[in-house]
Amino acid sequence: MSNWIDICAVTDLQADSGVCALVEGKQIAIFYFAKDNAVYAIDNYDPFGKVHVLSRGLIGDIKGEPMVSSPLYKQHFSLKTGQCFDDESVKNTVYAIRIENKRVEISLEG
Amino acid sequence: MSKKQTLVVIGNGMVGHNFLENLVASDIRDNYDIVTFCEEERPAYDRVHLTEFFSGKTAEDLSMVSDGFFDANNIKIHIGDKAVSIDKANKFVTSAKGVAISYDKLILATGSYAFVPPIQGHDRENCFVYRTIEDLEALTEAAKAAKVGAVVGGGLLGLEAAKALKDLNLKTNVVQFSSRLMSAQLDTGGADMLAAKIEALDISVLPSKNTRKIVDGTECKHKMEFADGTSLETDIVLYSAGIRPRDEIARISGIEVGTRGGIVINDQCKTSDPDIYAIGECAVWNEETFGLVAPGYNMGRVVVADLQGQEAQFAGADMSTKLKLNGVDVASIGDAHGNADGSLIYTYQNGADEIYKSLVVSADKKKLLGAVLVGDASGYGALSQYYLNAIDLPEHPDSLIIPSRSDESVGLGPDALPDSAQICSCFDVTKGQICSAVENGCHTMPALKDETKAATGCGGCTALLKSVLDCELEKSGFEVNTDICEHFAYTRQDLYNLMMVNEIKSFNDFLKQHGQGVGCEVCRQAIGSILASYWNEYVLSDQQMSVQDTNDTFLANMQKDGTYSVVPRMTGGEVTPEGLIAIGQIAKKYNLYTKVTGGQRVDLFGARLDQLPPIWKELIDAGFESGHAYGKSLRTVKSCVGSTWCRFGVDDSVGLAVALENRYKGLRAPHKIKFAVSGCTRECAEAQGKDIGIIATEGGWNLYVCGNGGMKPRHADLFATDLDKETLIKYIDRVLAFYVRTADRLQRTSVWMENMEGGLDYLKSVVIDDKLDICADLETHMQNVVDTYQCEWKTTIEDEDKLKRFRHFVNSDETDENILFVEERGQIRPANEDERELALAEEV
Ligand code: SRM
Ligand SMILES: Cc1cc2nc3c(=O)[nH]c(=O)nc-3n(C[C@H](O)[C@H](O)[C@H](O)COP(=O)(O)OP(=O)(O)OC[C@H]3O[C@@H](n4cnc5c(N)ncnc54)[C@H](O)[C@@H]3O)c2cc1C
Ligand code: SF4
Ligand code: FES
Repeated sequence: MSNWIDICAVTDLQADSGVCALVEGKQIAIFYFAKDNAVYAIDNYDPFGKVHVLSRGLIGDIKGEPMVSSPLYKQHFSLKTGQCFDDESVKNTVYAIRIENKRVEISLEG
Repeated sequence: MSKKQTLVVIGNGMVGHNFLENLVASDIRDNYDIVTFCEEERPAYDRVHLTEFFSGKTAEDLSMVSDGFFDANNIKIHIGDKAVSIDKANKFVTSAKGVAISYDKLILATGSYAFVPPIQGHDRENCFVYRTIEDLEALTEAAKAAKVGAVVGGGLLGLEAAKALKDLNLKTNVVQFSSRLMSAQLDTGGADMLAAKIEALDISVLPSKNTRKIVDGTECKHKMEFADGTSLETDIVLYSAGIRPRDEIARISGIEVGTRGGIVINDQCKTSDPDIYAIGECAVWNEETFGLVAPGYNMGRVVVADLQGQEAQFAGADMSTKLKLNGVDVASIGDAHGNADGSLIYTYQNGADEIYKSLVVSADKKKLLGAVLVGDASGYGALSQYYLNAIDLPEHPDSLIIPSRSDESVGLGPDALPDSAQICSCFDVTKGQICSAVENGCHTMPALKDETKAATGCGGCTALLKSVLDCELEKSGFEVNTDICEHFAYTRQDLYNLMMVNEIKSFNDFLKQHGQGVGCEVCRQAIGSILASYWNEYVLSDQQMSVQDTNDTFLANMQKDGTYSVVPRMTGGEVTPEGLIAIGQIAKKYNLYTKVTGGQRVDLFGARLDQLPPIWKELIDAGFESGHAYGKSLRTVKSCVGSTWCRFGVDDSVGLAVALENRYKGLRAPHKIKFAVSGCTRECAEAQGKDIGIIATEGGWNLYVCGNGGMKPRHADLFATDLDKETLIKYIDRVLAFYVRTADRLQRTSVWMENMEGGLDYLKSVVIDDKLDICADLETHMQNVVDTYQCEWKTTIEDEDKLKRFRHFVNSDETDENILFVEERGQIRPANEDERELALAEEV
């Protein structure tokens, strides 16, 4: 059974954009696709730039798959799997996330 | 059930492998069980690019074998096993490891070996050849303990090997028997120029040296003693004295070999035994051997065709070459020495730029017979087309090698080539084949390369291939795909028009009406910029926020470590002492790195996301505004001090610069825009390198447009002269509004101008003569932008809701603890990786 951690209210999120949350010492980027009312969570660490900035990237989709593009060097990461579209060998960690009673909750257990 | 025949290939080198690829791609692949013997420890790899092993390519990178190739095609490969004899009568091959196989058809693709001159002491320790990966590994190992190296042989390969020694940090010598470098390919003038250039790279060239013996050295491992009594001490000797065909297996098996070695083949590449073929460097055709891959590939194709029962013949090969040696361009085409009767020679020698070119033409000056290019081989593509396709030369053939001082180009356009013209010699791809591939839908270089293989060998034909592609696309009216991304099938200009016509004000409306999916960083940013240029709304409004580029979202430029820079506007580069002090105090308080920029203002670096609002609040309180250093928008208007102080100044350049910067600040555009104003023709503000440049003259202001610094500098064009200030501003309004409406995404004014049909004259007719009758509209657009200006930072810090975005964490007031600075020259800078690791280690 997953252990859901309360993060913030849905209204604290940025529509069609990202914020960063601190969850048990980890930096996690959270993106909110307003139209579909969908949320995604991925490690805030940019493995190319080697700094914690992914929450500040632009989001969108590649052939229907939700993605974020790094604000530093523009690599694209799938928000579903964390897989980098530009470099097969790079994969970022994604986390389970959900909206419950207008609150955003994350589980670190994958 | 029809029984399959057995086909055996001896040698899995470049040619043997290419033959296998062609065979399994043909319709006779199922007629054979295929077996190949590979003497080396690994299957075929790219020998042509062997030297790249030193620049980090691994054996895998060089491999020519696609994943699972042998399994997928049911080919049995005996790796590390050498075929040792052929029993022609009973048709079977035996290998060193004892494999014996009956064949129906046998292909010899055994290549060559590097020739080592039988000098006394030639087999001492640390004497190498340059042919296999193992050779290079041994050389690298030996180089670790060596200081000096000598290459024996100044041919093509010898010079490539010399570069390798140089890269291994050895003091490098090229010892050659002949009096000049690359004697097979170059004439004396070309060779002399090449020698000068090679010497300039700190590689010593020792011509006319006949090595007698190699003995113990005193300072180095060896001493090479030459016939002329001189000697050279060296730690490593690398032989590159030519190659010899590997015909030993043919010799012992009674297959005919040439007088100077090599397995004799006919036009069908058959040896003296009709069931045995030979291809590649091991073969001799018409008493000629071929030390390049392309002819070997051709022989392989001939064999496949012959096995298919088709007519095909090998007809010799063009041995023209082009290469870059240590950054020196060298090319040789055809009869470089002018051996043909009555041939005429043109030479061009430019000592200053170290360029040498010569042309050998027929007695009637109609055909090109040969050419040598050293120092500048840019003409190689066109010249080899003249040569290979016997195209008539221009009236003055020397125009092909004399640099054109005008803009007129003497190159040979792809249109002038016949369909039979060979574009890629490595894979024998003709212009006709390329054209039909383009017609069948290969509209990009990757697609075209994939389909035709052209440009996937030595890469020398890449530029020519691209020009054929472009030319074909244009001719057949195919539209080059200009969609900005997968979400919008439009160009930026289309989107701009759609926005104006349909009065669209947000990205989401755009997506709903004209797009698909949720967008990406490309369309979001492009549309964000378009909306901002036209409506000039606050960029962080709820509608606009998600579409701004990352830097616009936070109104600051992100640096490599995730911190930001802060650039307050300093119109015209002018700043009061109070202003400077305020900046200094703020920088000190927040511990920011400060630097004067190339745009005449001060940049503060190292601000954390959460520090941006308080820093800007203090700057605004001190009277500063956003400098838009983060936006695709007006950046700076540089100025020189002008008539106010300068004894030569004709007019008040600072005053004008300040006025212009205040007028256009905040204008969002397809790309950034820069201005400069100089007070006289001495041009201290460098106005002619700017998008908009203005220079004061006795008669008024001269206006220059579409200049650029940066990656591809462009001098601005003089647009209008002796203008009064009012007309000047009117013209600038119009030029900029027209640019904003019609330029492509991320196109500076310079590129916009270069691509504008009609160029400068057209722009003048639109802006000065109002040819399109849109000037009133353009001016209204610009006036609207001027009237609706707001300092985005001021608006932002006054809005509590917007400030939420600048917290690092949505659920905590902590800040990003991973940001780490160290001190350098009295200020902070981001810690590098080693320093970070050190700091982390200390923490633990
Ligand atoms: C700070 C500064 C260097 C400095 O320490 O002096 C600078 C810094 C950057 N320049 Fe620049 N350029 C700076 C003056 C220039 C100049 C000189 C000038 O403006 O007179 C040029 C050449 C002139 C020109 O643009 O035509 C210049 C040509 C570029 C280019 C190449 C543009 C081109 O058309 O080729 C880029 C890349 C781009 O924009 O795509 C660039 C991009 C950048 C970026 C934005 C790179 C990036 O994406 O992070 C740098 C960010 C700086 C920051 O965080 O503030 N910078 N850059 C200068 C800021 C001027 C200012 O006050 O705003
Ligand atoms: C450093 C370097 C740079 C070069 N640059 C260029 C260039 O820029 N352009 C160009 O066109 N060419 C270049 N070449 C030449 C090119 O590499 C050769 O023309 C090409 O490799 C010839 O292919 P091949 O298959 O005939 O011979 P190889 O590639 O030598 O293959 C022959 C293979 O057969 C094996 N073999 C031999 N006898 C037996 C046997 N009895 N049983 C089993 N296996 C056997 C050998 O071990 C070898 O692996 C370069 C060569 C070198 C070394
Ligand atoms: S020149 Fe390059 S490195 Fe230097 S500031 Fe400009 S963009 Fe950055
Ligand atoms: S000519 Fe070598 S790749 Fe085309």
